[in-house]
Amino acid sequence: MPDPEQARQREQAEFAALAAQYHPQPPLARNLAWAFVVGGLICVVGQLFIFAFQAAGLTATQAGARAAVALLAVGSILTALGVYDEIGRYGGAGAAIPITGFANSIVSPAMEFRTEGLVFGFAARLFSIAGPVITFGILAAMGSALVRFLLLGR
Amino acid sequence: MAVASMIPVQAAAKRLGHQSMRFETAPAIIASASVVGPREGQGPLGRYFETVLEDERYGERCFEQAESRILKDAVNAALGAAGWQETELDALLSGDLLNQTVASNYAVRNTKMPFLGVFAACATIAEGLLVGASLLEAGLAARVVAAASSHHEAAERQYRYPNEFGAQRPPTAQWTATAAGAVALVVPATGCETAGLPRITYATIGRVVDCGQKDPYDMGTAEVPAAWDTLVAHFRETGRDPAYYDLIVTGDLARIGSEIFREGMRRRGLEVGSRHVDCGVLLYRPEQDVHAGGSGAGCAASVLASYILKEMRAGRFRRVLFIGTGSLHNPVSIQQGEAIPAIAHAVAIEA
Repeated sequence: MPDPEQARQREQAEFAALAAQYHPQPPLARNLAWAFVVGGLICVVGQLFIFAFQAAGLTATQAGARAAVALLAVGSILTALGVYDEIGRYGGAGAAIPITGFANSIVSPAMEFRTEGLVFGFAARLFSIAGPVITFGILAAMGSALVRFLLLGR
Repeated sequence: MAVASMIPVQAAAKRLGHQSMRFETAPAIIASASVVGPREGQGPLGRYFETVLEDERYGERCFEQAESRILKDAVNAALGAAGWQETELDALLSGDLLNQTVASNYAVRNTKMPFLGVFAACATIAEGLLVGASLLEAGLAARVVAAASSHHEAAERQYRYPNEFGAQRPPTAQWTATAAGAVALVVPATGCETAGLPRITYATIGRVVDCGQKDPYDMGTAEVPAAWDTLVAHFRETGRDPAYYDLIVTGDLARIGSEIFREGMRRRGLEVGSRHVDCGVLLYRPEQDVHAGGSGAGCAASVLASYILKEMRAGRFRRVLFIGTGSLHNPVSIQQGEAIPAIAHAVAIEA
């Protein structure tokens, strides 16, 4: 006796195989090239900020921290101007991974959910995309701190 | 069959097989209207739309209210073209993609229109036409309007990401159209001039088909098996074949889904060939960066209400089979790992 569940699974597998023949591959080489260029350019801008802050007399560590803040500001402003989503469309991970992408992931819901009010819209949804990054970042920091404490005792 | 024998003899003649129905009165499409966003207006069908917005917000304080307003405008334009007052309308059947179909609900608040909310995602306009024609056929209404809308920005923020978030879309992704379409139906016996108007002659109710496809960036593919299922039933139960129709219009499988659809129809012995067009493909030019094509309840509704019905009235198409195809998931069901169930309703429109 044919099992209807098996027949359904076979049908779904056949459909998936047919559909796969018509699915274009994402343009991998083009996407990689764009990600490299966009991500690289963002890093170049960051490096220029570091040079500028160092030229203003800051140490390398101080300049690095300020460069990160400057990039966050640039990412936020480009998001507000409606430019960063266009950069992300071409840049992909090259635009998402640098700290400007983090700014984009916070400022874009802030803009989007403003219509639902300052508390339950703006404030509550602010971290709807960046939230997992912060959550797992904190967990990873706690984990590594624990390992360090167990190994070094401080 | 016990159930079939319970259907009155007269009704049995209208009911064909398991899913199809024949409208003896053949309700006439007396008017239709469409309102679209700027990107849709720049597409190849731009000149067919009644109104093209200059900006997506349409002077409203949020995208949701902008969608409500374009829907209201489309319904009012259809009423005006039909020469009807709000109070003369027996029922408005309308739906959209926003949670609890609020675009429709707000569009009709404080109006005089009796309102039935309908939802079948991108197939909403097909469901509205099918149910509306049934009301007319049954003699329970003399004038109805079926309508549907979608709004790109309002749908994106509900289904995917905030609009300004820089996410990259895969080639299978579809672009939710900012568009609304409304179609006014009337029973030919009501005394108005209906000669030469497109008429709704047959319809086939779809079944929900889950093909196991889970990618919300590939809805066209998920909707293909539902379209096959409905069309196989339609041709079997009406005794027609694809060659009967001048045009077989799906809305919206988009480019990739359309290719899979045509191949599957060929394998089922129902070659649709160059008769087949898709609303999601028709609405935009390839260079408009919408990836696989358009989608959204307003896409099929606006293409039907503009290009298809206007060309039918001009005599270019005489027999059209319109198949709305809808993905019936929501963001929660996708996050919970469910596949995308889909539905397709078919409506035969003949002039």
